[in-house]
Order: sequence, then C-alpha cells, then structure tokens
Amino acid sequence: MRPFLGFVRKETLHLLRDRQTLGILLLFPVLQVLIFGFAVRTDVEDIAIAIVDPTPDVATLELRERIAASDRFHVAAVSTSARGLDARFRDGSVRQALLLPTEVERRIGRGDSLQLQLVTDGSDPNTGGIMQGYATAILDRWYREVVPQGGTLRIEARSRMRYNPTLESAHLFVPGLVAFVLTIVSALMTAISIAREKETGTMEMLLVSPIRPTAIVAGKVIPYIVLGFVSVLLVLVAARTVFEVPLRGNVVLLLAVSGLYIITALALGIVISTKAPNQRTAMIAALAGLMLPTMILSGFIFPIDSLPRPLQLLSYIVPARWFLVIVRGIMLKGAGLATLWQETLVLVGMTLLFLARGSRGLAIRLG
Amino acid sequence: MTYAIEAHELTRRFGGFTAVDAVTFHVEPGEVFGFLGANGAGKTTAIRMLIGALAPTSGSATVAGYDIRTQADQVRRRIGYMSQKFSLYEDLTVRENITLYGGIYGVSSRDIVTRTGHILARIGLEHAGDELVREIPLGWKQQLAFSVALLHRPGIVFLDEPTGGVDPITRRRFWEMIYEAGAGGTSVLVTTHYLDEAEYCRRISIMVDGAIAAMGTPAEVRRSVGAETLDEVFLKLTRPGAAA
Repeated sequence: MRPFLGFVRKETLHLLRDRQTLGILLLFPVLQVLIFGFAVRTDVEDIAIAIVDPTPDVATLELRERIAASDRFHVAAVSTSARGLDARFRDGSVRQALLLPTEVERRIGRGDSLQLQLVTDGSDPNTGGIMQGYATAILDRWYREVVPQGGTLRIEARSRMRYNPTLESAHLFVPGLVAFVLTIVSALMTAISIAREKETGTMEMLLVSPIRPTAIVAGKVIPYIVLGFVSVLLVLVAARTVFEVPLRGNVVLLLAVSGLYIITALALGIVISTKAPNQRTAMIAALAGLMLPTMILSGFIFPIDSLPRPLQLLSYIVPARWFLVIVRGIMLKGAGLATLWQETLVLVGMTLLFLARGSRGLAIRLG
Repeated sequence: MTYAIEAHELTRRFGGFTAVDAVTFHVEPGEVFGFLGANGAGKTTAIRMLIGALAPTSGSATVAGYDIRTQADQVRRRIGYMSQKFSLYEDLTVRENITLYGGIYGVSSRDIVTRTGHILARIGLEHAGDELVREIPLGWKQQLAFSVALLHRPGIVFLDEPTGGVDPITRRRFWEMIYEAGAGGTSVLVTTHYLDEAEYCRRISIMVDGAIAAMGTPAEVRRSVGAETLDEVFLKLTRPGAAA
C-alpha cells in the first residue's frame, strides 16, 4: 500500500507542478461553456429585412409597421418590385425579404387566399432558421388580428432550408460539453502522461521494479479522476450561473455516472498509451481517435438521426454517445436509472473491456 | 557458490534479427563485470533480459539465484537498474525522487531518511536536496541516479552506459562509486563503449554482433587476442580486416 500511495503522491506532484497544463485544464471547462454558450446563441438581432409591397394599402402598412416595431428587425428597404433584391442578398445588406401580393386589403375583404413569399438568407442555416421563425411569428399574429374570426384566409410560409434542431436550445450543449471535457481531461491527459514516462525511460524503471503494473496504472489515474470531477462541477456551475441551464434530475446520480464515464475515458487513454511509442503519437491518437468522435458521432453537435447510416452505426461504439443520452436524460428530463439503465450498462461494459485491454497492454512488459 | 548472474546460451531474436546470440557467462558476487561492444552489439538487449524487461527467445539465466523466466518478481526485488536514458523525474526534487524509489522498493521511511542524508553527502548535493532534478547539472544527476539504483541495497546492480555524455572528472567519480559498491559486496554489471573504463573492470566480455567474442580479465583478453591495448583488441574483434 505504501509504495502505491507514494506513487499517487508523485503523480499529483507532476500534475500540480505543471502549472501551465493545470491552468489550461481548469480554465478549459469554463471557457468551453462560455464559448459554446455565447457562440451558439439562438437569439438573432437587427435583421435587415426588405419588404416588397406592390400595392400599399391599410393592411400592408399595418404589417410593415409591426415588422418595423420589432426589436428583431429593421426594415432596410421597401419597394414595389423585387428588382435588385438578389444583389442586396448577395452583398449582405439584406438578410430577409418579405414579398407581398397585390391588393392585400381587398383580398382579405373578399376572403381570398393570400400567398406571400418569405425569402431568407440561408448561408448560415442556423441563423436562417431562427430568422424564419421570427418573421413567421409576426406574420401569424398579424394574420390573427387582421382577419375576421372564421375567415378562410390562410398564410403559408414555406421554409426551404435545413434547420439544425440541436441548436434550438443552449441547454442541449451542456451535456455534450461534459462528455467532451471529460474525454480531454481524462483520456488525453492519461495517454500523454503514460506515453511521457515511456519516452523518458522512467516507465522502464517502474516496470522492472517490484511495483505491479496495475498499481502503476491506478496510481496514475487517481489524480485525473479527481481532476475529472472538478471539471464536471466547473461545467455544471458555469452552465447554471451563466446560462441557467436546468438540472432537473438527481445530482448524485449525475456525478456517479460522470465518475463512470471518467473511468471509461481513462481506460481509453491507457489503451492508447500502450500502443503509442511517444507523447506526440499519443496526443494525435487521442485527439483524432477520441475527440472527433466525441464531437461528431455522439449527438453533441449533430443529431445522430441526421447522420448517414454508416456513421449512425459507428456511433454505437462511441462511449460519449451513451453518456450523452444519460446526461441529457438526467439534466433536462429529470430521468433516473429506471429509464437510463440500458445506456449505463452499455457504458459499464465498454469500461470493463477497455480496462482489460489496457492493463493487458501494460502487463506485456516492454517486449 | 551461487553466482550473482549466470547466463546460459541466452538468446533474443527480433523477427529474423538475432540481437543476442547464445550468450553464456557468469558474474561473481562483488565483481565489477564490464560489457563492452559497439552500438547495437546487443549489450542493452542482454541487460533487459536479465532485469526482466524482455523475455528471452531461448536459453536461460539466473540472477541472485532466481530464474529470470519464472521468478521475475524475486529478481526485481534484488536488483538495481540504471537505464541508458536518464531515469529520474525531472519535475520532482532530489529528495522526492529518492523517497519515491525507496517506497517502491519497500525501504522503510526511517531508512529512506538516513540513506537520503548519506547519498546527498556522498555526492556533495546536501544543499540541493529540495531542488528540482531538472535544475541540477548532468554529472550530479547521473551520480544521483546511480545512488537511487543502490538505495534498496540490491545484491546486483545493472548499469547501462552510465557514463554517457558526462565529463571525465565525473566519470572518474562515478567509477569510484562503482568500486565502492563492489567493495561492499554488490555485483556490478556495467556496459560501456569507453575502452579506458573497461580497464577498471575485474573482468570484461566483448560483444560483437550479439555474441561474446572475448571474455576474461582485461589482461587476459589482450593476451588472447594478441593486442597491446584494449583499443586494438576492439578493432581486431569488430573489424577483423582493418587491424591487420
């Protein structure tokens, strides 16, 4: 036991003495929350809209006023024809255009159907979708108030762009961030730390000493487990204080599952480090092999349903995918183990597999 | 009498390449035994088999009387090892390094404290006990690494090119330390390619292409090859055409 404690102490000292890395590791979770939180804002303001109103009348003036009065929009141009609109979209001076039909007032009076066209700059599909939503909301309200009850008028706004549903709510990214941050802190750092000892030759000293490989690994990962927990707490606190992300489920359960995922990630880090001859390879392997799948194949950024079929299948072997379902369930839906036990079980299975693989890789001494 | 090290036909192949080719030798207790050879002659591979870092392809060996294949744990407890690479932790202090390795080898806390004092005094590092290892000069680092390898008082110590890259004065001091260890009953197996250092060894073996080409006291080796100096011996053995 004493050699083991000495070993944990040594790893803790490595971690504490490398001020730069430690600082980055502690800042990283908070920065990620802030970057994602602010960069992936769902609010779009000051949208330049052009209104094409061939025959202005009371009804269209009323609509134009409503649009102008909204915080979201400023009316960049009003004209009677759509000429020149393309150019304005292209140079970016207009991001949205509302094309009204002729004789709106009279059509409403007659109870005719009204076809209007809403054109949105879709070069950024996310913002585009949001702008579309705002404009449709104003049109909806206008329609309800202007048209007499029981009227036959229908407004149809057709959306022609892809909408990315994950980004609808900032709340959804926090669970993904927990997985992302834990992958980096746990897997990447363990992989680097073991690879560093292989590179400097100290690993050889340890492997020919009486200390067991399992004790070497355990001693190595304990400080990173602690650091992982600190990261989870930092992400949660930052998300809550800055973005008021809810935590509807059980905190203890959330931390327990995070603990499990930390071990999964550490085990993956060990597997990588047993294969990598040096720190650089370990780092690239961890980045390419873990971070990208964690971002892309876990449902963190792109919903798994919208991935091509082969990638969907591939996502089943990405631990973060399962962890994400659990964290989203606990945080956003207030779900408990009763509904999440299957995903948890998958994660436990993966962890055991990686641990077995990793310790076997180390046990084959430096042959 | 049990030999400190006894190797019989010890062989290691990597694929089709034979790094160590049926090496047979023994080291007596308290003996300073030199392993000489050019880079890539198989010295390090031989050492790594003896310390249990590499499994032999064939042949057998005992270290401190224990079989390296079946009793590796016993072997590990009884040997000290200093690798070719510098093997202390640069970001730990001198004292922390000593404590760490002492703990790993099961030296009691009290012994660690007293031995740390001895080590620091012996190599003149009393003032630097709490400095990070990365801050102290290479020569001291090497002496420190050697002292750490001897911290748990092993019966046998393996030194793999311990004097690579250090200045002549430090090399000199280093060899004094090796002698001290030998005089204290510790067997020393040391690899080197400095031929002047070979003269300090009681016996040497010269490895060429994984096999032992000559073995004995330095004088015996010179005589058997018919050379005046070890330099000449070395040239004759490694490049048979060139020295004639």
